[in-house]
Amino acid sequence: MLDPRVFQRVRKNPAAVLSAVFLAFMVLACVAGPFFMPSALGEPGPNQYAPPSWEHPFGTDLNGRDLLYRVLTGGRISLLVGLCGAVVSLFIGTAWGLVAGYAGGRTDALMMRFVDILYSVPRLIFILIAINAFNAGLQEWANREGLEWRVESSRIAILILTLGFIEWLTMARIVRGQVLSLKERQFVTAARALGQSHVKILTRHLLPNLAGIILVYLTLTIPAVIIDESFLSFLGLGIQAPQASWGSLLADGAGAINPVRSFWWLLVFPAASMALALLALNFLGDALRDAFDSKAR
Amino acid sequence: MLALLSKRLVSLLVVLFCVVSITFLLIRASPGGPFDGERKIPEAIEKQLLAKYKLDGTLWQQYTGYIGDLLRGDLRLSTKYRNRSVNEILAQTLPVTLALGGAAFLLATFAGVWIGTLAAMYRHTWRDFGAMFLALAAISLPSYIIGPLLILVFALTLGWLPAGGWGGFSHLILPALTLAAPAAAVIARLMRGSMVETLQMDFVRTARAKGLKESTVVYRHALRIAILPVVSYLGPLAAHLLTGSIVVETVFNIPGAGGFFVHSILNRDGFLLGGMVIVYCAMLVFFNLLVDLAYGFLDPRIKSHA
Repeated sequence: MLDPRVFQRVRKNPAAVLSAVFLAFMVLACVAGPFFMPSALGEPGPNQYAPPSWEHPFGTDLNGRDLLYRVLTGGRISLLVGLCGAVVSLFIGTAWGLVAGYAGGRTDALMMRFVDILYSVPRLIFILIAINAFNAGLQEWANREGLEWRVESSRIAILILTLGFIEWLTMARIVRGQVLSLKERQFVTAARALGQSHVKILTRHLLPNLAGIILVYLTLTIPAVIIDESFLSFLGLGIQAPQASWGSLLADGAGAINPVRSFWWLLVFPAASMALALLALNFLGDALRDAFDSKAR
Repeated sequence: MLALLSKRLVSLLVVLFCVVSITFLLIRASPGGPFDGERKIPEAIEKQLLAKYKLDGTLWQQYTGYIGDLLRGDLRLSTKYRNRSVNEILAQTLPVTLALGGAAFLLATFAGVWIGTLAAMYRHTWRDFGAMFLALAAISLPSYIIGPLLILVFALTLGWLPAGGWGGFSHLILPALTLAAPAAAVIARLMRGSMVETLQMDFVRTARAKGLKESTVVYRHALRIAILPVVSYLGPLAAHLLTGSIVVETVFNIPGAGGFFVHSILNRDGFLLGGMVIVYCAMLVFFNLLVDLAYGFLDPRIKSHA
């Protein structure tokens, strides 16, 4: 159960409040913003590499597309992948940690050894290999079924699932640690004495007590997944053109600066948007974690 | 010590074996082969190609054959860079990656320890807050944001340093800085925490009571104890630098192993990817082992627990 004192403590932290307000603004802008802009802004136009102006606040890119529109729609995908990926990791990690911690003994040792092994595999390398295999499978499937139009949404789904399946390890460890101490508490003994089933004890008694810590690590997993996604998109393995995410926009921007002519706005605006979002998420997550920690002390 | 060593070596082998198997299966199970191109290759030639690169036979035969070759130290031929073996490519590119990683390692360690110590000495002042804010920023931001921005400012606008490539010392500065920034930030945070704790210990009070200069107290006495958490982070740090260099090398156009890593995936060059994965993972586990040993060496009390 969430302790209201935690939120009071967070509210006293100006950096966290500012971050929360900024994040709300950013999500609103990315989700709703493009609806209020003419969709022609996202289409190729004659106005190539226009620097920032009143008409195009962030300038335009190689194909004459408005960069503000692209940053907003790209942010939509980045935030969507970050949130959904984190939720996937939350489900897997929580389930894994709950079962391992509650079962204890040999099951626990085996399950956590598995987590240890996955931990020692370098994460980015694992992501690279997994996404490569899935992307090839997706392309083959699309070619066979003639479903080219579905590839874009499937690619996002694959990103979400893959990243979620890789980022759950920390969550599993934390949940297990909490369950180990919670299951010795008297209310669990009481529930067991009343003859409640294991499933009921897990879902009705243990899970509600874990809600707080799970929420904290959800806020910290979102930026991690956003970074993973943009890492892949930056290397050209994630979101593919003409779709964009912050990572692929950054890759375009990094390619557009050179000693001859540097189109700096293509780099600076996507970088700033993503940097501010990541900073805000981390500030908020840190503040939440501190608020919970001081409760424990 | 020997027991620890052998235990860690066994776990190293287990991890490597798992990683190699997963990599191999994921590559071979995914559809599409390394020779799929615009044009269809005649069947007879494709058969010969597959035989040359030992890609014929059932999946199980391929797998056992590959493991056997690996045990003999043969990482096989690259399917993209024809007639070059993976061993050869690694021998050419790894020194570059290691030079970059080594520079970043030194930079991150020294800068991190120094900044963290200063932040602890000037706790709750603007220097402390400023340093810790910068540290959180450096941790939160991936290198493909920091790197291009550094290029934009220092190479293109100011023109002080080259924007990319590999050659002299000047080529090393920006990529090493990009690679080291988040690691230095983590170390600075660790260092600050442990230094704050150490400065409250009795022996520090004694040293101050003797009338020693504050700098002597901090650098000669407190630092030796406070640095221990940093040492235990050096293993993960090596991992961070190695995987981080994949992106940094792409950003700065450095001919290291990281670029080949990415291209081996894009080109479906399975054996090159496999070789990269093996070498990277082996180095990671090896550095962790090294750190464990160093830790026991620095603080003899730890040996008994290990």
